[in-house]
Amino acid sequence: MDHSQSHSALTPAQEAAAGHEHTGPGWSVYWKVAVVLTLITVGEVWVYYIPAFVASRMFLPTLLTLSAVKFVIVVLFYMHLRYDSKLFRVLFTGPLIIACCTLMALLFLFGHLHLGHGG
Amino acid sequence: MSTATVSHHYSSTGLENRKIAIWAFIGSECMLFVSLISTYLIYKDRSVVGPYPHTPWTDPSTGHVYHAILNIPVTSASTFILLMSSLAMVLALSAVENKGKPQRNLGERILGNSKLWLFMTALLGLGFLGCQAYEFTSFVNEGLTIKTNLFGSTFFTLTGFHGAHVTAGVIWILTMLFIDFKRGLGPADALNVDIMALYWHFVDVIWVAIFTLVYLIR
Repeated sequence: MDHSQSHSALTPAQEAAAGHEHTGPGWSVYWKVAVVLTLITVGEVWVYYIPAFVASRMFLPTLLTLSAVKFVIVVLFYMHLRYDSKLFRVLFTGPLIIACCTLMALLFLFGHLHLGHGG
Repeated sequence: MSTATVSHHYSSTGLENRKIAIWAFIGSECMLFVSLISTYLIYKDRSVVGPYPHTPWTDPSTGHVYHAILNIPVTSASTFILLMSSLAMVLALSAVENKGKPQRNLGERILGNSKLWLFMTALLGLGFLGCQAYEFTSFVNEGLTIKTNLFGSTFFTLTGFHGAHVTAGVIWILTMLFIDFKRGLGPADALNVDIMALYWHFVDVIWVAIFTLVYLIR
């Protein structure tokens, strides 16, 4: 069964669903996203140079959170995943979740993560 | 291939099959890079000899003191460069998608110039690679190679793989820029530019993770 068809045979809705006619953001959103990404990066580097904060228990969660926020912003707005098909989200987040679970399992197995203080 | 003859092939999902393919590829690349990051994190702080990433080390045989080797200011600058290249890339895609629409003022003409934004993306990508070349050269000069210790092995493997991906992306962008100069890119080419942009943004988000996990977390 041939699933291919010519571009011109598609309706605008199909073309939008196909993901190459973005109904997503424009310049007004893109530059704001760039400013937010820059500010988060500045914040990350700033906390790196505060010895008291580096020594505190908040250092690691803060950096991981800021990094995750940057990651999500780029994926949602620059990669247009917020505006694209759900299938693309599944194709991206599925392997990402598996990979992150593998990372956590490996860190646990090699003694970098601990479930508790017992033992 | 002229723009008039470009056709897109859709799967039974109604989605363009090349776009499904690039997302599946990006998913698999996520697993590749997470495995490299895992290796780095597992062997972090397990090097028998220095230099170390965040702490100084004195070589007991020579008495030579090695400083903490990571250069955060340079890497912060390269991170900013890569983030700005992503901005230039979305503007390039937007310019290609909107090619042919009326441009009423100078601002719209600048935003609608796909050649400018593709060139800027490639230039910023090359800037990132220049920072990485400087970093690698300075590390080797300071005594850290891929064979020195576990940190060197895992660090150069991870960042080297990422640098290779950036290099491939820059070549891709320059190829698209050449096509734009030769025959002009228009809405019919938007899918090709979109696929290239997805790859480029992926390279960017991977660096977002590397920057935090490798450079900032001690």
